[in-house]
Amino acid sequence: MSLDLPLTRNVRPDRSPTGFAAYEANGGYRGLKAAIGKLAPAECLQIIKDSNLRGRGGAGFPTGMKWSFVPMDGASPGHKYLICNADEMEPGTFKDRLLLECDPHQLIEGMICAAYTIQADVAYIFIRAEYHKAAKLLREAIAVCYDKGYLGSAILGSGYNLEMQVHSSAGRYICGEETALISSLEGKRANPRAKPPFPQVSGLWGRPTIVNNVETLCNIHHIIERGADWFQSLGLTEDAGTKLYGVSGRVKKPGCWELPIGTPIREIIEEYAGGMADGYQLRGFLPGGGSTDFLTPEHLDLAMDYGTIGKAGSRMGTGTMIILDDRTCPVGFVKNLMEFFARESCGFCTPCRDGLPWSAQVLDDIEHGRGRPEDMDTLARQVTFIGAIGNTHCALAPGAMEPLQSALKYFREDFERHISGGACPFRDGGAR
Amino acid sequence: MPTITIDGVHYEVEQGKNLLESCLSLGLDLPYFCWHPAMGSIGACRQCAVVQYQNAEDTRGRIVMGCMTPVSDGAIFSLAGDKAQQFREAIVESLMLNHPHDCPVCAEGGECHLQDMTVMVGHRDRHYRGRKNTHRNQYLGPLINHEMNRCITCYRCTRYYRDYAGGTDLAAMAAHDHIYFGRHQEGVLQSEFAGNLVEVCPTGVFTDKSLVHDYTRKWDLQSAPSVCTGCAVGCNTMPGERYGRLKRVHNRFNAEVNGYFLCDRGRFGAGFVNSDKALEYPGLRQADGRYRALDHHEALLRMAQQCAQGRVAGIGSPRASVEANYLLRQLVGADNFAPGFSDTEQVLVSLALQLQADSAALVPDIATIESADAVLILGEDVTNTAPRIALALRQSVRNKAYELAAELKLETWQDAAIRNLAQHQRSPLFIAAVADTPLDDVATQCLYLAPASIAALGQAVAAGLGGGDSKAATDNAAGALPRAIQAEAAAITAALAGAKRPLVIAGTTCGSAAILRAAAEVASALCSGARQTMLCLCVPEANSLGQAILAGPDAPNLTTLQQRASAGEIDTLVVLENDLYRRGNEAQIDALLAACSQVIVLDGLDNATTSAANLVLPAANFAESEGTLVSLEGRAQRYFPVFQPQAERRAAWVWLLACLKEMERSEVYPLHHFDDITRACAADIPALAGITAAAPDLHYLNLGVKIPRQPARYSGRTAMRANISVHEPKQREDEETPLAFTMEGLNRDQPGALLPWVWAPGWNSNQSVHKFQTEAGGPLKGGTAGARLLHPGGSRNRTNTRPVAGDAAAENSGVSGAQPGLWQLVPRPRIFGSDELSAMSPALAELVSPGFIELCPADAAGLGIDTGDGVEVGDQLATLELRVNDSMAAGCAGYGAGLAGTGNLRALARVSLRRAETWQRRPGLIASDRGAGPGSSHV
Repeated sequence: MSLDLPLTRNVRPDRSPTGFAAYEANGGYRGLKAAIGKLAPAECLQIIKDSNLRGRGGAGFPTGMKWSFVPMDGASPGHKYLICNADEMEPGTFKDRLLLECDPHQLIEGMICAAYTIQADVAYIFIRAEYHKAAKLLREAIAVCYDKGYLGSAILGSGYNLEMQVHSSAGRYICGEETALISSLEGKRANPRAKPPFPQVSGLWGRPTIVNNVETLCNIHHIIERGADWFQSLGLTEDAGTKLYGVSGRVKKPGCWELPIGTPIREIIEEYAGGMADGYQLRGFLPGGGSTDFLTPEHLDLAMDYGTIGKAGSRMGTGTMIILDDRTCPVGFVKNLMEFFARESCGFCTPCRDGLPWSAQVLDDIEHGRGRPEDMDTLARQVTFIGAIGNTHCALAPGAMEPLQSALKYFREDFERHISGGACPFRDGGAR
Repeated sequence: MPTITIDGVHYEVEQGKNLLESCLSLGLDLPYFCWHPAMGSIGACRQCAVVQYQNAEDTRGRIVMGCMTPVSDGAIFSLAGDKAQQFREAIVESLMLNHPHDCPVCAEGGECHLQDMTVMVGHRDRHYRGRKNTHRNQYLGPLINHEMNRCITCYRCTRYYRDYAGGTDLAAMAAHDHIYFGRHQEGVLQSEFAGNLVEVCPTGVFTDKSLVHDYTRKWDLQSAPSVCTGCAVGCNTMPGERYGRLKRVHNRFNAEVNGYFLCDRGRFGAGFVNSDKALEYPGLRQADGRYRALDHHEALLRMAQQCAQGRVAGIGSPRASVEANYLLRQLVGADNFAPGFSDTEQVLVSLALQLQADSAALVPDIATIESADAVLILGEDVTNTAPRIALALRQSVRNKAYELAAELKLETWQDAAIRNLAQHQRSPLFIAAVADTPLDDVATQCLYLAPASIAALGQAVAAGLGGGDSKAATDNAAGALPRAIQAEAAAITAALAGAKRPLVIAGTTCGSAAILRAAAEVASALCSGARQTMLCLCVPEANSLGQAILAGPDAPNLTTLQQRASAGEIDTLVVLENDLYRRGNEAQIDALLAACSQVIVLDGLDNATTSAANLVLPAANFAESEGTLVSLEGRAQRYFPVFQPQAERRAAWVWLLACLKEMERSEVYPLHHFDDITRACAADIPALAGITAAAPDLHYLNLGVKIPRQPARYSGRTAMRANISVHEPKQREDEETPLAFTMEGLNRDQPGALLPWVWAPGWNSNQSVHKFQTEAGGPLKGGTAGARLLHPGGSRNRTNTRPVAGDAAAENSGVSGAQPGLWQLVPRPRIFGSDELSAMSPALAELVSPGFIELCPADAAGLGIDTGDGVEVGDQLATLELRVNDSMAAGCAGYGAGLAGTGNLRALARVSLRRAETWQRRPGLIASDRGAGPGSSHV
């Protein structure tokens, strides 16, 4: 069966970037032409709403609904902003990089259509500093678009103007949180902001702002060009469209693939990632990046979509799985993630700033054989204390606790063996 | 009013508040750190967590932050539930991970909000086994001690310092659990309001360095309600004493004046009380010029004898109390009583008084200044002359932000959200000054003009608003007002005309009556329609306004007295708490003192005038005596002795009353107590009738008992004198005030003027003040301290309504046009140094700059001199260091008024300047100190 894979159709086997000519020759900028001058912003919004596109950055919020909160038709005179969140830093996640490096024009076209829909006049691509190759490609692509009249004033002869800029991040995980990203873009500390007010009414420089993930924005012009029904038809389950899925860890072919949303996990791991590497067994996996709960082999036949994974007790997140094999210590695995999240805390609120390092310290003690039985209670308390959205200022810390809380559920005996044995059973010989 | 349910109990709460404020207002204890009543909510510390239930059926609820949750009708909360309590305990336990166990050696101990909250949440045992983070502390200047290890990262310091007070050199740095609050490099904190960090910090990161070096726990401090004597704003303070030494000054909440904050002059400037220049015994000058100590009775006899013989004149003081000045005026007679201003200042303060009294505009208190939505400042550098007003103006420019927030239905306590929304949008603030001022960063526009042009600008604005003297304005617009500024005048006019609550500020500092009149004209022109127009005229000293009211417009000035003395018409001169050498030039004061055969000086510290006296009587300072001061808004306020005067010091009013009795002046026979003098003065001077209401009198009892100066935990009473004598002396009774020098009594809900300290069960820190407020952040339960003498929108104080004659120097500021080869002297006061007494506080002395002259680059280049060179002013009036200031108006020479070496310089005088050939440059600062050191920072 040949799959309709709109997002990666220009991704070449050698990963070389698709330039403007090739992009346009392969149907590029048709969505742009279908939108600007042909459809009213409200019509574009309706199409996106009807398409059931959900944000691909991890939270899965319906994109059309998010946009519908932006004040329109002069209700808030002044600038409006569209920001592309290309600060891809979720552990185990590398899907946006593929899109950015292989097909920069796709993102730009999607952003122009999105900006047109919310009538933003300035768009920023907030890109992770390490993605310097992508940043260079984007800057070049933007320059071409200005030349072609796809950016700048009076786009395609319409009355619509849009300026677009690339901003290389100073490099913090928290910049992936949309309000922290906005703070950072304003030149302030990358601290998230309390909501309400939501960025749709008071975002960048206090003005209406939409922040969307790269993959989300890459879908927009396809949907406008080909319609909501087409997009709905791509999904295998109740969710619509395709999704970039990734697998990392001890599998035969780690990688990233665009597949219909709702593809079963087993299919992704076994068919696309080639199954477990020789000599390794699957013990569990984080389905959507480092801040999602573990799932185990019993979940392999679940469809990889927002609702199904949510019901299983985890989140689809970014859709990029990290595999835990049977020769890797789950305690060390979780500790590594916890240290990352503790280091990446912005330091604004107490549970995250002080709770994550404490959790990391306890995990470090356990991993190195200094654990005590009461540490299991401490970790359980920390999960309750930090793990709920609302307890903390933003979602970083609750996300950080997800691998820990599920590891305590699925791999509790590993923790206990560390404590009772006074050493990590995965060291000194490896197999258990 | 919404009704909410907390733990099953229904409460009516105020609409528009958050849950934390509401709980505190209801008297419920909900712990918090990052929220501050003056700074609103950001939701950082997560300490005020409660459980909110969706409805009556919801049994699980979810954790929400009290400070971020608006109260709405029907909302259901639990403070006491296990889930909320466990969460709050976990927060403190997390904060404690890196907090050192150094409470016994921490200056905050005993009044630490973190200690209180830790006890309140019930956290006791720690589970954390890791190492604590440690930080390097910074040198932040002579005022504030830095101990970063204690930090709990509540962000209050940077929110206060940067967002509230406009400072730039303190910031949050680094990230995660390594966040560091400090400067980018060590150095003196540059904000004039840095001292509030001491009270804003909930633990011991920022502490009062003077207190740290001369330490006493809060519970061992004896305190009394007091009023800052540093300037005319009249901030309310709570100085604390032990062992006869003033240990520290804390803010005393007054909803209409200082709120929660003081300036650094006020907080750290009271150290002069402990000065070794303090006079302890009466002194009689001998033939050889040395002084012989007298006991107080002999001194009194001599004073009475000399005052009874011959012709007596008196010079009062705008830094002395109304009562002491009143008694001196009684002693010498109104015709022989000079108020003790410089000649120019006497005219200007009287004029300011009259203009405010006559104006239809509101004379605003400080809190009302914060409500202004458009401000015009003419000539006055309020940050350096009335600093607390500058802090209020920094809040007033945020009214634009609150307007925008209202459109989005954001409550005013949503601090971060409102700042993010408004970004740099501010309400209009226009500053016309001779050179840059520290408020320039929030100004819509700054105009640097010569005093005459500032007055002309004001007249042009008044004319543009359809008021003032249009012809004069037109004439001036053609003459003094540069063409380029005319457009700015139109912009100012438009901004003020479009405001709902415009405020015009001017002051006496420039020495220009024309500026004061122009300000009043602008205010008067604005007094139409639905506007609430405000006029604030700054005067220099703590009791300047009271002194102008007391002395009246016809009082002799120093020149008059000097002429009379030189004509042999004065035998004895009594000087009350006034160093005359700060009021007139040296030659004139020398002539005055030399012409009087007897000079009697009452003062607290040794100065040039006491050194010229025949008889010196040691006067108790503000911390040892009681008195009434009238602030620039016409608020009469009472200060009370914090401790007994030491040695032979007596309050000036005590000396004067005793002297009058010794002289057998029968009119004072009925006067026994301080209150009697206040009442006599109020009866005598109708415009001062209100001063009796400044505070309750001696007979006030709080539920039958006096108000204790010592908190219930005051310790060591029986031991503190044991090195002198093991016999404990009977505690002295306070026979003059409703306060007692004991622990016994009741400190609760009394009038705000009588609040000596704040403390409440479970609340040992200054955060306990909310227990004394009608609601969190609201006025004190017992009423706001002080009695307004000037009434809003025109006063009953219309006794002086005839025109005040201006002296030539003051009025001539309207004369424009530079004179070749001459510069016009313009005062450039400094917060540290320009005030006489605070400059003698050891903490501030380090920050006091040497005297200086400021010129614009072109004028300096014309003279062939540069920063650091010496300038000779006039004919040996002064030799001072030059500072080139890019913003200085051409033709003007700014001088550091009140600083060393500037005593002979008078505002608006036209003087020649030339290079001082013998000048030695000050030793070069090390490179890293340039631009950051005390020499340049606060000047």
